[in-house]
Amino acid sequence: MSTILIFEQLLNGVQFGVMLFLMAAGLTLIFGVMGLINLAHGSLYMVGAFAAAAVAGLTGSFVLALMAALAAAALLGAVIEVTVIRRLYDSDHLDQVLATFALILIFSEGTRWLFGSFPLFLDIPEALSGPVTLPGGIQYPLYRLALIGAGLLVAAGLWLLIERTRLGIQIRAGENDREMIAALGVDISKLYTLVFALGAALAGLAGALVGAIQSVQVGMGEPVLILAFVVIVIGGIGSIKGAFIGALLVGLTDTLVGIFLPEVLKLFMEAAPATSAGSAIASMSIYILMSLVLIWRPSGLFGARA
Amino acid sequence: MKKLVLASAAATLAATAAMADIKVGMITTLSGGGASLGIDTRDGFMLAIEEAGRDDVEVVIEDDQRKPDIAVQLADKMIQSEKVDVLTGIVWSNLAMAVVPATTAQGLFYLSTNAAPAQLAGKGCNPNYFAVSYQNDNLHEGAGAYATKAGFKNTFILAPNYPAGHDSLNGFKRYYKGDLAGEVYTKLGQTDYAAEIAQIRASGADSVFFFLPGGMGISFLKQYADSGVDLPVVGPAFSFDQGILQAVGEAALGVKNASTWSKDLDNAANTAFVTAFEQKYDRLPSIYAAQGYDTANLLLSAIDKADINDDAAFAAALKAADFASVRGDFSFAANNHPIQNVYVREVIKEGDIFTNKIVDTALEDHSNAYVDACKM
Repeated sequence: MSTILIFEQLLNGVQFGVMLFLMAAGLTLIFGVMGLINLAHGSLYMVGAFAAAAVAGLTGSFVLALMAALAAAALLGAVIEVTVIRRLYDSDHLDQVLATFALILIFSEGTRWLFGSFPLFLDIPEALSGPVTLPGGIQYPLYRLALIGAGLLVAAGLWLLIERTRLGIQIRAGENDREMIAALGVDISKLYTLVFALGAALAGLAGALVGAIQSVQVGMGEPVLILAFVVIVIGGIGSIKGAFIGALLVGLTDTLVGIFLPEVLKLFMEAAPATSAGSAIASMSIYILMSLVLIWRPSGLFGARA
Repeated sequence: MKKLVLASAAATLAATAAMADIKVGMITTLSGGGASLGIDTRDGFMLAIEEAGRDDVEVVIEDDQRKPDIAVQLADKMIQSEKVDVLTGIVWSNLAMAVVPATTAQGLFYLSTNAAPAQLAGKGCNPNYFAVSYQNDNLHEGAGAYATKAGFKNTFILAPNYPAGHDSLNGFKRYYKGDLAGEVYTKLGQTDYAAEIAQIRASGADSVFFFLPGGMGISFLKQYADSGVDLPVVGPAFSFDQGILQAVGEAALGVKNASTWSKDLDNAANTAFVTAFEQKYDRLPSIYAAQGYDTANLLLSAIDKADINDDAAFAAALKAADFASVRGDFSFAANNHPIQNVYVREVIKEGDIFTNKIVDTALEDHSNAYVDACKM
């Protein structure tokens, strides 16, 4: 196993993690500020990808496609917050799960109704296609490097927003004591709509960015949603920093264990069962990681609440 | 739940009093991730029924949502309250395993439009079970034969880690004579293949074989095309099917894939089928549509010959395969699985549409590896 391969897999793990962060950031923000479990977050990811594919198909412009994804997901997020989610803040988590699960079904079948059952086409923009050679002779797809860059940029922007702006202060205050900030004259329902739309926009952006290298199809959001929940549980619910560290941990664990465990097992056993057992254990690896973190810190790495 | 009842039997009871009316239950995937496959199966099947213009055949269609438990419930309902004579339509092998043995055990016929797992071809074969599509290994065996013929010496192979994935790689290896540069099982439903593509690059392989049905294949092909790895790729038809190709785009051009059917197969039945399908549904048919169409025509041919309540006679009528298959020469092996050619197709672009054309025949009059294990 060469160092080049190891380094390339590290990059793959980081890229996967950064994309997970875009999903997890919105989820953890919504959970942290409003105490809401939003299962429909994966649907917003799908809506972003479909909006991007539709606009890219019409205009041929990837930039317009990304903007459409952001706009469509944010708008839809705001609409469902006002019409459905708002009624759920005072209900218990089971009601929230039921209602947002219903939203998944509605969005999946609605998307199928609009776009049909066949997967849509969304391609990497010409300027970012193909591999580049990194120092050390590593060939790596340019688009994946761009994904890492875009993800880090969003992470930095989100950090600035939360830590350095008035809106960020309100969001943090809302996490801690919602009655108090309402009493201080902050329009809490407007704040909630804004946070929800922001989280939705991040999911839509992730869907559009990832859709270009994957398949844009109905139901694409749910597998990512499960991973995003693992990420926010590891990172500590409500913590953006936790979501970032958790996403990188999950991305790296998932990628590296999947590749290297079968190789390690081959040292002890025959090739065929080693491959089979290795891939089976690898698919459990992030859940094992999650259990270990929870044993060590029951509220996650950066979780404030127990 | 969707329910579609066509060609009501009641109106024509008197006219066809001599022959009992036939009720067909179709369980297939019409919603969720794999819906395009089930929709094509249904549309192909119903096209044949409509073309025949028969009103003594009633088809009840239900959506299994790609869930084995739902498929079992639907089968029970169709058998017990709808009183169907024949079941058909299941796309996925795990659903077929949940439904088929119980169906044939109750003396009903099951005609498979797609899924045909090894278990039902060997020890678990049954006189009332017919796979009109293929045996699951067939396309992978065809890809293996093609890889050998193309002179590949060191192929990297990958498939998802579930029963059909293992069958796939075993089927490929059965007819591939070169060495393996690597053998990898990926997670079922995996969407990112960067890690596997890096392994392929590092492995020194001269070619790649993959079986990644549905969205998995779309993701893999797009990422592979963008990775700069430039090795020839071979796969079974599933990842290069009409419904999927448009989503893969340029990335699939030139890829060779093994299939028992292609829209350019030169026989009268196929030409008529492709034209009629395009005219009715305004899109090109897929292999699932072709298999659905063949299944309906086989069933109709048997209905004309024998009474469905006489199990032995009806099974014999089915086994005769006395219908014009869109796949050309078609007959059944001893275990009720097809003997047919496996072709090599290449992905091409016709105008704006990505599609396939046949470039070679990988295996002629190919049967399956489980005939001897079947005792019936």
